[in-house]
Amino acid sequence: MSTVIEARGLTKLYGYLRAVDGVDFTIRAGECFGFLGPNGAGKTTTVKMIHCFAPLTAGDLRVFGMDVREHPREIKARIGVCQQEDNLDPDFSVHKNLLVFARYFGIPADERAQRARELLEFMGLWERRGDGIRQLSGGLKRRLVIARALINSPDLLILDEPTTGLDPQSRHQVWDRIRNLRRRGKTILLTTHYMDEAQALCDRLVIMDHGRILVEGPPAELVRERVGKEVVEVWGYPPELLEHARRSGWRFETDTDRLFIHTDSGEAVLSAITGKYPSERCTVRMAGLEDLFLKLTGRELRE
Amino acid sequence: MISLVRNISARSLRVWQRNRDVYFVTWKTNLVPPLLEPILYLLAFGAGIGALVHEVPYRGAMIGYTAFIAPGLLATQVMFQSFFENTYNTFVRMYYQRTFDAIVTTPLTLEDVMAGELLWGASKGTIGCAVMMAAVSLFGLIHYPHALVILPFSFLAGLFFAGLALCFTGWVPQIDSFNFPTFLFVMPMFLFSGTFFPLDVLPRWAQVLAEVLPLTHVVSVMREACLGRLPARILWDLLYLALATPPVCLFGIHLMKRRLVK
Repeated sequence: MSTVIEARGLTKLYGYLRAVDGVDFTIRAGECFGFLGPNGAGKTTTVKMIHCFAPLTAGDLRVFGMDVREHPREIKARIGVCQQEDNLDPDFSVHKNLLVFARYFGIPADERAQRARELLEFMGLWERRGDGIRQLSGGLKRRLVIARALINSPDLLILDEPTTGLDPQSRHQVWDRIRNLRRRGKTILLTTHYMDEAQALCDRLVIMDHGRILVEGPPAELVRERVGKEVVEVWGYPPELLEHARRSGWRFETDTDRLFIHTDSGEAVLSAITGKYPSERCTVRMAGLEDLFLKLTGRELRE
Repeated sequence: MISLVRNISARSLRVWQRNRDVYFVTWKTNLVPPLLEPILYLLAFGAGIGALVHEVPYRGAMIGYTAFIAPGLLATQVMFQSFFENTYNTFVRMYYQRTFDAIVTTPLTLEDVMAGELLWGASKGTIGCAVMMAAVSLFGLIHYPHALVILPFSFLAGLFFAGLALCFTGWVPQIDSFNFPTFLFVMPMFLFSGTFFPLDVLPRWAQVLAEVLPLTHVVSVMREACLGRLPARILWDLLYLALATPPVCLFGIHLMKRRLVK
């Protein structure tokens, strides 16, 4: 598989703030690669360097094999970027927004019209083509921004928090379109702070915090390796249980009132504690990214 | 500065086209100022003050007062249109609409975007001037064909004020701050650049000061053209604008880049 993005020691400083702190990653053709992390983790800064807007402080960043410092126009001609904030042209209709954007890429007029139509149909916006931007809901605006990012048939689609601020239904419609693009083999870079989004869409991901990459890999594999198969979740746990967990050498995390025991056999853990340690509620469930995230940002980082 | 110039390409015309398209969508509101402003001024100053001051001496000839102020109005129209386009309107596109954020993800550089903004600002000055000329011509105050020079010239003048505006847009902390350049630069120029009275009635020091103001040179060229005479002295005015415009525009682009690229 060919490499689309290669970053080595990528660093971005804003004054004393190390927004991106020497990260390495490789994104391959045809995969959906995620940057998962809380706000301020450095995801958007990384994206801005990839689309050649924010200058690098240090390190090396190649997109399609080209240095971002040397070939910004060539790189940008082949990528589509869906930014976090809606920046559609409020004075133009839905349709005109795509036509004007296509012109920036130098796409000939007849082809502009054809692509705009295809994309509006794909995004379910063709019926709304004559509407003004102010008449669109948040979800429709977001779909239009994604359509706009696809106008140049990009070899790489960058989605920076594509569903932040959307209601659940709109989120699923956007996910549906992203999955559809992934099936067609589009290379996608996605940033998000939603675990379920990363789990649902990404083939591989990195978890970022404070400008650093904490882990990298396919989400299911990362969870299995670092957390285990299952999690026993105990609500309102007694202090003696914590002591027991430590003595038994279990891997666990806590938050204010819950204890999460990471294990490959939830049943075994459950039978070991049932009856002996009374709690409000006790359940076994599949381990997920949320558990990995809590483990990484909740404990390892604060040490 | 050299890298700024190298990053400007013909793609900046795409930004010009985008702004032109918006202008056509909202054309009715856009045409109100250049059509109504001259009529209001000519009525107030022409019929009002003109009733008291019938003629003014200007560079060796006596000129009717309305004929005197008409080119002044054209010149200020260019200044207002271009300056306000690249201050308030550019600020709205930059900050509130985030238009530039979207455009720089395409093959355009930020320098392309800014150059397109400047070309559009200058074009808006030219359009405003042309529409106003049509309105003022109905009063029989403009000599043709000499006055046709005003059209290409208004583009140069517009580019200067567009560049000046971009410098302030790159510098102001928020949109309200445009009050400072508006009332410290634009309004004094509007009043003291030989627009409403000949400069030789002022004390000598004030005349020298007025000669430094760019609008004075715009008014000078436009007045001569409207009067149907194009003396060699307007070459000085042209030289002033031709020399001042490129550095002002580049400095504006530089300040915008410093503001936006972090």
